[in-house]
Amino acid sequence: MKDKLKRLAGQKVLYFMIVPCMIYTFIFSYYPLSGWIMAFQKYRPAKGYAGSEFVGFDQFIFLFTDSEFWKAMRNTLAMSLMNLFFGTVLAIIFALLLNELRMQGFKKFTQTASYLPHFLSWIIVTSLVADMLASDGMVNQLLMGIGLTKSPILFLGDEKYFWWVATFANVWKETGWNSIIYIAAITGIDPTMYEAAELDGAGRFKKMWHVTIPGIKSTIVVLLIMNLGWVLNTSFEVPYLLGTGMLQDVSQTIDIFVLKYGMSIGNYSLATAAGIFKSVISLILVFGTNAFANRLGESSLM
Amino acid sequence: MAVAVKRHRKLKPGDVIFRLVNGLIMLATIVVMIYPFWNTIAISFNDAQDTLRGGITLFPRVFSTYSYETVFKNDLMLTAAINSVVRTLLSTVLGVAVSALIAYVLSRRELIGRRFITAYFLVTMYISAGLIPTYFLIKDLHLLNNFLVYVIPGLVSVFNVIVVKSFMQELPDSLTEAAMVDGAGYFRCFWQIVLPCCKPVLATVALWCAVGAWNQWFDTFLYASSKESLTTLQYEMMKLLSSSMQTGRDESSIFGSDQVTNTVTPASIRAAVTIVASVPILVVYPFLQKYFVKGVTLGAVKG
Repeated sequence: MKDKLKRLAGQKVLYFMIVPCMIYTFIFSYYPLSGWIMAFQKYRPAKGYAGSEFVGFDQFIFLFTDSEFWKAMRNTLAMSLMNLFFGTVLAIIFALLLNELRMQGFKKFTQTASYLPHFLSWIIVTSLVADMLASDGMVNQLLMGIGLTKSPILFLGDEKYFWWVATFANVWKETGWNSIIYIAAITGIDPTMYEAAELDGAGRFKKMWHVTIPGIKSTIVVLLIMNLGWVLNTSFEVPYLLGTGMLQDVSQTIDIFVLKYGMSIGNYSLATAAGIFKSVISLILVFGTNAFANRLGESSLM
Repeated sequence: MAVAVKRHRKLKPGDVIFRLVNGLIMLATIVVMIYPFWNTIAISFNDAQDTLRGGITLFPRVFSTYSYETVFKNDLMLTAAINSVVRTLLSTVLGVAVSALIAYVLSRRELIGRRFITAYFLVTMYISAGLIPTYFLIKDLHLLNNFLVYVIPGLVSVFNVIVVKSFMQELPDSLTEAAMVDGAGYFRCFWQIVLPCCKPVLATVALWCAVGAWNQWFDTFLYASSKESLTTLQYEMMKLLSSSMQTGRDESSIFGSDQVTNTVTPASIRAAVTIVASVPILVVYPFLQKYFVKGVTLGAVKG
């Protein structure tokens, strides 16, 4: 005991350094959790937590019977899963093709260009995507140029395109960036594997399929699982800024639902309940997928 | 590697075709990634009325800098630019300092309660109180419509702490042990020995902080939108985009109708603001790319 106290005294400088940061983290990350009380109340700002009426799970019951909430849930899941699927597949394909490039200068330049959108803000990306998909934008000009369509397609004004627009924006912004990790994994594959495959008469695509893909399989699985844990955190800007007016049926995500009920309508309790629901599901997903990855024998994510 | 093996072999026709097709796909990728931005640059430097005729692709047809002049003469835009720069600088310096500090303490193996303290920070990566409780906190702390709301709430990034910490843990123990034996305290070890060794990882974290702060708009929108003197470039850009989306055409709200004359249109303004809001990143990023790339691999492996 005495020994421990002595050690503690020796470390007091370390505690001087860390305790303020812990207090800060308490204030900004732990203390706000007390606000979750609101979800079980009919919260009125004037009355505070103590004076507001407790209503048990009424807010949650209302939420779960509200078709708008379920639509928001559906939209969130649809856009996230589409992002996850196309984002992963395209990043892998891009990494594979890039790996086949022989001209180092060209390869570097392609990489640099493909990372560019990652660094632009979502606002800028949304604006650029809106311009690209406008009736006189690059995509429509291309489609009309090669004769796929006679009149411009209204990508931004039609419900049936909206999830694809959001996916397109995500893919455009992040594919290059997401490929970095796969390129790193491909670089790590033992070159003798390729030589052996070549001796066995494997061609280019056979080598990709039987050497490269298995070589990066664990990376793919870990990243997929990890991202699955964050599936409710879809990007906010594209649905919020492009999904206006008539499109709200397909564009409103849970985050937008929370923002709308909380900040515009002032129903703090309902918005908090929706936020809690999202946090809890996310947490289950993150830990569930992590446990799943462990059982698969992949390295733990946390 | 495989490259060396290839060189000694004669090229088969299939290889030639594959390389050609692959090269073309990559070329197309480059175009898709760069063209939208390039096109916006061309539009921002083109005469606004002329742009309305359409057909601007790679280069301005009637060169004009009037859109930029209008943007820079606008007081609100100037305020926004200054706020964006100041918040980025402050967030970066403080963010790096705090990350390094926490990472250093957590990387000391002898620290009593290390597991608990590490978990204490890690948990916050997975649990967030959500929008509304956070809003009330910001309000209670009197940070609403206060410049500090740009700096204080995002100060500790646990992800950055993990990245720095794993770098510090790879430094040889002998480095600090020798100094401790010579009587240097923990703080001197941190300041004079560990920090200078961590320059590469600190550069990575600094860049993440800077890009994140520069690109942020949601906090302006949520916490400071009622005070014009606190606006930021990304937020102004959001307003331009939002109004152009809602009306179906570009209609700028901040440049009053008297300013939308023959010489500028909302579309040309939006193009110019897009460029202004992304130039700092564009200038910096090709040079610092390797730091980002290093960081993403490090973060994914260790995070």
